[in-house]
Order: sequence, then C-alpha cells, then structure tokens
Amino acid sequence: MRQHIGILSVGLLLLAGLAAPLATGAGSPGFFTEVLLGGLMAGVLYSLVALGIVLIFKASGVFNFAQGAMVLFAALSVARMAEVMPLWVAALLGMVIMLLVAIVIERLVLRPLVNQDGVVLLMATLGVSYFMDGFGQTVWGSDIYSIELGIAKEPVMILDNLFQGGILINKDDVAAALVAALLVGLLALFFQKTATGRALRAVADDHQAAQSIGIPLNRIWVIVWSVAGIVALVAGMVWGAKLGVQFSISQVALKALPVVILGGFTSVPGAIVGGLIIGVGEKMAEVFLGPQLVKAFDLAGGGIENWFAYVLALLFLLVRPQGLFGEKVIDRV
Amino acid sequence: MLYRENGQYKTTYGADQQMLPILQDRVFMGALVLFAFVGMPLIASDYLILSILVPFLILALAAIGLNLLVGYCGQISVGHAAFMSVGAYAAYNLVLRVPQLNFLVVLVLAGVIAAAVGMLFGIPSLRIKGLYLAVATLAAQFFMDWVFARVKWFTNYAPSGSVSTAAIDLFGWKIATPVDKYLFLLAVLVVFTLVAKNLVRGHIGRAWMAMRDMDVAAEVIGIRPIYAKLSAFAVSSFYCGVAGALWGFVHLGSWEPLAFSINLSFSLLFMIIIGGMGSILGSYFGAFFIVALPILLNQVPAKLGMPISTAMASHLEIMIFGALIIFFLIAEPNGLARLWAIGKEKLRLWPFPH
Repeated sequence: MRQHIGILSVGLLLLAGLAAPLATGAGSPGFFTEVLLGGLMAGVLYSLVALGIVLIFKASGVFNFAQGAMVLFAALSVARMAEVMPLWVAALLGMVIMLLVAIVIERLVLRPLVNQDGVVLLMATLGVSYFMDGFGQTVWGSDIYSIELGIAKEPVMILDNLFQGGILINKDDVAAALVAALLVGLLALFFQKTATGRALRAVADDHQAAQSIGIPLNRIWVIVWSVAGIVALVAGMVWGAKLGVQFSISQVALKALPVVILGGFTSVPGAIVGGLIIGVGEKMAEVFLGPQLVKAFDLAGGGIENWFAYVLALLFLLVRPQGLFGEKVIDRV
Repeated sequence: MLYRENGQYKTTYGADQQMLPILQDRVFMGALVLFAFVGMPLIASDYLILSILVPFLILALAAIGLNLLVGYCGQISVGHAAFMSVGAYAAYNLVLRVPQLNFLVVLVLAGVIAAAVGMLFGIPSLRIKGLYLAVATLAAQFFMDWVFARVKWFTNYAPSGSVSTAAIDLFGWKIATPVDKYLFLLAVLVVFTLVAKNLVRGHIGRAWMAMRDMDVAAEVIGIRPIYAKLSAFAVSSFYCGVAGALWGFVHLGSWEPLAFSINLSFSLLFMIIIGGMGSILGSYFGAFFIVALPILLNQVPAKLGMPISTAMASHLEIMIFGALIIFFLIAEPNGLARLWAIGKEKLRLWPFPH
C-alpha cells in the first residue's frame, strides 16, 4: 500500500508540475505542447542510452558506465565510414565493430573481474568508458561529424486547426521516436520468442540456476553486450543525425544514470518511461521554471537542465529507491 | 638486511601504538620530510615545482579526502570536485569580504563550509549506497557547477564568471615565488596527512572501516551509521574544501566555473583507485601518477622524435588512463600502495627469503 502512495504522490507531483505553467498562463497551450514534444524527443534519446544500460545490468549485474562512450564510439564509426561508403553499409559495419567491442570487453575486462564487487565493476566500466572515448577519437578524429539519415529536417506545422499558431514539429524527431519504438518492439520479440532471448532472461533471473542447466554465461555476456552495442549504435545514429557526432554525446549520456534510477535498474519499460519523464521534466523546468528562478535570484542565465535530472532522481530515491518498475530489493543500509 | 625489526622491543603501550613502529621507517620518513623541505627547493627547477609538485601536493590532499570517504568508509562519491569548488569559492568570498582574516583561518573556514555542504549531500547515504549514492553525488557535482556559474554573488558579479585572487599574505610572508608556494603547500599537507593518519588509526577511523566492511554488523556492535557516515562525508569534504581553496589560490590564481568540473571528480577517483583504496600513502602515489602521466606523455614522443598533436596527446592520455584503471583493477585491486607493501615485505626477508 505504501508503494502505491509513493507512486501516486510522484505522479501527482509530475502532473502538478505539468499543470502549473498552464495555470499560471505562461505561454499558449500550443507553445506548451511544443515544449512537451521537444522534451519527449530528448527523452527518446535518453531512453535509448538507458535501454543499453538496463540490458547489461539485467544480464550481468554490471552497471555499464561506458554506455555513453559506446554510443559515441558507434556514432563516430558510422559517421566516418559513411564518408566513403553508403550509410547502410557503414551501419552494418558499425554493428560488426560493436560486436567485436563486446567480445573484447568480455575477454579482457569482465572475465578477469568475474565475482568482484559491483563497485569494482562500475569502476572498470568507467575505465572502459575513458578508453573508448580516447580510442574512438584517436582512430576516427575529434571534429564534429554529421550523419545524414536522408530525412528532411524542416519543421512541419501540425494541429493548426486545434491551437492558435499550431505546433512545430521536426520530421527527424518523429523518425527518432519511431526508430526507438521499433527497436523496443524488436528487443521484446527477441527476448520473448527466441531461444537466446529465453536464455538471456534465465541468466537475468538467476545466474547459478541458468548455468546449472547448461547456459554458457560467457557467451550470454558477449551477446548481451553486443545487443547493448547495437542499441548504442542506433542511439548514436539518431543522436548524431539530430545534433552532430561529437564528444559531448558521451557526457550527455551520463543523464542515463538518473533515468535508470527513475525507471528501475532492471526494467526495459522503466528505461523508456524514465527517459521520457526526465526529458520532459528538464525541458519543462528549463522553459517554465528557469526564467522564474533567474528573476527571483538574479542569476546569470538558466541552464537548470544540467542538474535537474540528477536532483529529480535524488528526490525520487528517497521515495521509491527501486524505481518506477524495478524489482524491490530489500537491502539494509 | 638493513630493514629488520629484530631487537626492537616495545616496552610501553605508547611504543606499541606509534604510527611508524619500525625504526628504519621512522628514519626513512624523517629523511624524506627533511629532503622535501630542504633538499627539494634547492634542486628543483621552477618548472618542476609549478607544473608537477604544486598540483601534486594539492591533489594529494584532495585524494586523501576522497580516500577517507571511499576507501575507509566505503561510500562512493563521483562528485568531490564540487566540494573542492565550494572550498575555493568560500575562500574567495571570505578573502574578498572579510579581508582582515588570516589566510590560515580562511582555509579552515573554507573547509568547514565545504564540510557542511558535503554533509548535506551525504544525507542520502543514510538510505542508499553504491550506484544510487553515485547518482546523489553526481547531483551535487552538477548542482554546484551550476550554482557557481549562475549565482552572481559568489563570483562578485564578475561579467565573465571567472574570479582572480591576489598572492597570499601569511604573517607578512608573501607566497608568490614557486619555492614559497611549494613550502607552504608542503607544510599544509604534512599537517593534514598527520591528522588523517591519526584519524583512521583512531576510534572514528575504525568506525568508518567497520561501516565499509559490513554496515549491519557495525550497527550491531554499537556504531551509529548516521554518525559514522556523516562524519566521513564531513571530514572528506573538509579536506577537499581546503584542497579546493589551495587549488584556486595557489595553483590557478584565477579560475572559471569549469575548473572544478566532473572530470576533476573522475580524476580524483582514479587517483585513489590507482594509488590504493583505504591507504593514505596510496593517495600520494595516485596523485603523483595522475599529475605526472600527462606531462610524461607529452614529453616522450617529442624525445623519440615523433611529435604528436596536443589533441592526439590528450586522446592517448585518456585512453591510457582507461587502460590503466582496468589493468589495476584486474592485476592489483589494492593499487600502488599494495605494491609498496609487498616490496617492504620482500625487503624484510631479503637476501635470505627462507
């Protein structure tokens, strides 16, 4: 019962946050919806990064700090290879590269560190993240590169009969959302319908039981890191097409951490919902709360979206540590 | 042969509990400190002092602070640069607004303010640990970054957001030349190292370590988690606050909000991993390693006659950092301090290992 109250209160809080700007009359409903959509689009990108983290955490209990670096690495690889070959070949080659990355990580990092503390593994992935950031930029260069997905970027006006002024929406944002939805669908199919997917879920449930019925753990880890690598590739391509491929991708991906806290470490739907909430929340906060803060405290500009996600996650932790959809682990602290 | 404790009998409790129980260790440490205070200023060039020794001494202080929290108390933090920035800006504002204060008082007050902020962000550690705590400290990092970049009062309404400081005046001693800076930092570091070493040997350090090893058991034997964890956060942030103030005033002189970014937090974390978690000595090793490695990486290719661009050097640098982190976690999870201890063990038996 207490949990439900927790969820309810958080839901109410979010609703109140969404409703406040409407009530105070800040901007038109059309503008409000535009901000909402913008936040959702940013949220899709966070979700894609968080998705990779959740997959790895479920299967191996490792929190992959390097997911952001993998996104950057995949995006860099595709962007640079696409300069000399068609995009789809580059994307396929990118997949092969991410597969190799998964194998190397499993061999050189995970296998020697098996049975170590969670914190040790976290630090190891931090090391992987540094290595991949450096390696990617050494091999592929460190300028800003672009990925052309062949989708028109000009904004489209929709719903102009409903609101005054209508809503501006970018086609590539819609494409990104569709890609994310498709990816989640494919992953769900993979996890539910294939033998490998079943093995993955078995490992996620109980490592020892899975091993005792003959599921090879090492191979499962390679597979799950490969899947996470491919998710990273998709995230990197979508992100790169939207904002250009550059180093900051790796940093922004840190926001996946609050996302998984919010959604729950072990839940794929949680990653999606958490990403959307964080995306919408920080855009809303930036657009509607930011100016108020600047006025009230005489600040030198807004920029609260830099920390909003983390503080939101922090507050959420106090209410519901296992996240929205995570499994409840009772752990005395 | 030389490093033996044979014949060194302890006849009092005091002798049994001293910090360096072996005579040779005491002699070595005394010689080292003497060399650091007298020999080093004579032989070191200004370049060596300013680009290696000064950052090394300050970062060693910060690494000791982080090590008290992560290595001794087992609470992870990826936001300790935030507490350094609190110390730096607190010191800046104290010097600016209360100019009659002695800098040593400013330093302590900056540490106290950082400790207060550290305790505030340490409160979540009472309910969460591990990864969750990492997010809480990340929140501290990004929030403090933002506060100092946006709230104009902290930077005294400087239009660019960067602040600059005058040379420190300590009882009429102007700390301006490289040697002055070095000696001042060394003195501060020696004092703080002694305090830290005795803290972790004492009652409070044992409480931290009990908390780290098994929190439930620690509670059962009568250690209050609130007290143990928050005191670890407070002391750790105090050290980092002092280090931050020194980093700003002595090393940088003038700095922008980004001087204390998350990369500095990660660097501190790497220092204690490479140096050794739960070891004061390890903090020194780690800090030296992290400070010296980039300079070495910049020098080596030029010496070998194949110059590389600065961008390439920085990429190679983070690549090597990453690889070394993984290497150390796999090969020696206890870091360079453990290698040092193994070396000492070997030396005890040498040259007759059986």
